[in-house]
Amino acid sequence: MLTAALVLGALLAAAAVWFVARPFLAAHAGGDRLGAPDSGRLALEEQRDRALAALKELEFDHRTGKVSDEDYRSQVGELRRTAAHALRALDVGREESNTDVDDQLPQL
Amino acid sequence: MAALGRAALLLSLGLVAYAVVAGSYAAWCKRRRLALSAQNALVAAFVAAAVATGVLLRALASSDFSFTYVSAFTSRELPLTYKLTALWGGQEGSLLLWLLVLTGYGAAAVLLDRKAGRELVAWVVPVLGVVAAFFSMLVVFVSSPFHTQVAPADGNGLNTSLQSPYMQAHPPLLYLGYVGLTVPFAFAMGALLSGRTDERWIVATRRWTLAAWMFLGIGQLLGAKWAYEEVGWGGYYAWDPVENAALMPWLASTAFLHSVMVQEKKGMLKVWNMLLVMLAFSLSLYGTFLTRSGVLNSIHSFTEGSIGPWFLGFICFVVASSLVLLFKRLPLLRAKTKLESLASREATFLYNNLLLVALCLTILWGVTFPILSEAVRGESVTVGRPYYDFFLRAFGLPLLLLMGIGPLVAWRRASSRSLGKTFLWPFAAAVSGGIGLLAAGAGSSIPGLIAYTFSIFVAATIVLEFARGTQARRTLSGEPVPRAFASLVARNRRRYGGYVVHAAIVMLAIGIAGSSAYDTSHSARLARGQSLTIRDYTLVYRGLTSKRSQNAIEERATIDVYRSGSRIAVMHPGKNDYPIEQQVSNEVAIRSDWLTGEDLFLITEQVNANGTVDFKAIINPLVNLIWLSGFVFLIGSLVALWPDAREERRLAVRYGQLPQEA
Repeated sequence: MLTAALVLGALLAAAAVWFVARPFLAAHAGGDRLGAPDSGRLALEEQRDRALAALKELEFDHRTGKVSDEDYRSQVGELRRTAAHALRALDVGREESNTDVDDQLPQL
Repeated sequence: MAALGRAALLLSLGLVAYAVVAGSYAAWCKRRRLALSAQNALVAAFVAAAVATGVLLRALASSDFSFTYVSAFTSRELPLTYKLTALWGGQEGSLLLWLLVLTGYGAAAVLLDRKAGRELVAWVVPVLGVVAAFFSMLVVFVSSPFHTQVAPADGNGLNTSLQSPYMQAHPPLLYLGYVGLTVPFAFAMGALLSGRTDERWIVATRRWTLAAWMFLGIGQLLGAKWAYEEVGWGGYYAWDPVENAALMPWLASTAFLHSVMVQEKKGMLKVWNMLLVMLAFSLSLYGTFLTRSGVLNSIHSFTEGSIGPWFLGFICFVVASSLVLLFKRLPLLRAKTKLESLASREATFLYNNLLLVALCLTILWGVTFPILSEAVRGESVTVGRPYYDFFLRAFGLPLLLLMGIGPLVAWRRASSRSLGKTFLWPFAAAVSGGIGLLAAGAGSSIPGLIAYTFSIFVAATIVLEFARGTQARRTLSGEPVPRAFASLVARNRRRYGGYVVHAAIVMLAIGIAGSSAYDTSHSARLARGQSLTIRDYTLVYRGLTSKRSQNAIEERATIDVYRSGSRIAVMHPGKNDYPIEQQVSNEVAIRSDWLTGEDLFLITEQVNANGTVDFKAIINPLVNLIWLSGFVFLIGSLVALWPDAREERRLAVRYGQLPQEA
């Protein structure tokens, strides 16, 4: 029984070592660098989503009578401006990154 | 096979230690392959813990008394299901279960939440690894379930309180809840360590927190049901420190589930949310410490253990290190927006949070003060029911009211005119309901009357929210009512799932108020043929019988129950004598009236030598709403948990197509 337990334990350990070492054994496309998203862009994406969700919420609350016409009018403009600002900033970012890629193309 | 169990646990310890060291180095130096390898170590640790658990379960099932643990918590006569559930009957098995669930959660979280960003997950792995390493270390060096001995002829048996179907589900559900809170904690710490305090950690952990919170909630309700049927004093919650141990992290995570919405919608309360996640996780560790260290003399803490100092040390380490980290990252967590109005949805969430945390901390103080008093002054002090009842009313009733107010108030700010319009119907329903209840005699308990009135207000709010939402959806899409209702819920699962959970809390509040403020009890010593009367029930004692079951001698009284002159039931309260365990348990008899929600509850308090029996009869009005609320709570939680394909796509776009920093 002890021998069987030791053999099973050894097999388990060997399988674990193989599994842990797998990322080093497999051929990976790309480098070994752990990438991180552009934090500025991420903040803009979150700002845009937040403003759009707030707009949706405001529309819904207005429709269900939770927000009066007066309150709706006073809030909707500001939320639209915030969403538009984030969308514009994201567009600018996209264009800049496209330009960078275009600039680099002739060198490749 | 104990050697295989020990080897598997040792392997698990090695793997999680590797996950800590290699994972930290990989995250620090941004090494992708090493980070993946550390993640794989966490997954492999789960497999190793599962093998160890399998070995112990096999020993339990086959009554292999060469395992000290098996002989300490089972006997040959114990039914198989209880032999298996003895896995969490003792400290060593419970810690092994903690490790299994923790590594399982950890492996699932890092595999499923890779989209949250590899650089964030890279920091989550070592945090999960540290917690898993602590529990691995305990089961390997301090409290191993694989100690062996020369096998005795039979074991000691299982604590009779644990020999209940509820105890087959209650502890594992609580563990799923306690341990599940490790995932949001690990992601929060990962966000702080990586300096990436954007919303990704919240998005990644939303469902894990909800699942852990749901398990904790259902686990506590099953525990209450177990106490009601098995402990046999007529109640379901005694403010026992170990019961409170599960309630505290549930309250903290309830606060977090609300305040996290303010962060998602407004980008506020970032520091507060971090603190709540830390509080919930620390309280889950504290709960395990209370249950398993033997520091408390409770019917729930079945063990006297040596792990107390280890747990205290680890809790101190977790609290201190997470607070230092939070303090260092404070500049990253500053909110860019402010609370615009005190009459807004986010403000009601803030009030709700303050009340939930206040209730949580008063319970924490009630649990901790006797321990501190005994440790510092050597005096044994008991914090009793009046303390907890006072704070439950002081914080719980306003919380109940806020549950009705919150959904009626718009985000950002609400004018008095729109507030008046939305509050009109719920307010009218509550006032007329309250007056009606007063006329019906509910004024005998003022807190009970307030709880009922507030419950009507919340129930009216929920109905109104569903009705107005369905109507708005209908106007927009032209769909018929059932379809508009279904698409309303499907498009806003968290909101409407949350409202269903609110409905469950209303049912719970009504059940608690009814059974605690309007209950009736009567005790009597009866000889054969004698009767006792309680409200409109007459109970006639007919005699006592005794029979032998697999592992107990069961003694049962026969009681004929009459109502308005006609016999409506025969009830059999009694006692079980467990010879191997040398314990006697109260086996109560309960007759539930599902139409009124009321229970007739009979206890055989004592069987006397002269043949008479001391009985206690209790009528618990509306108590069945408490158990029913569990089903509604489960449905609401599942609705909120169910993935929303449109939101998943939106998040995939947000996080999946981002350019990477150099």
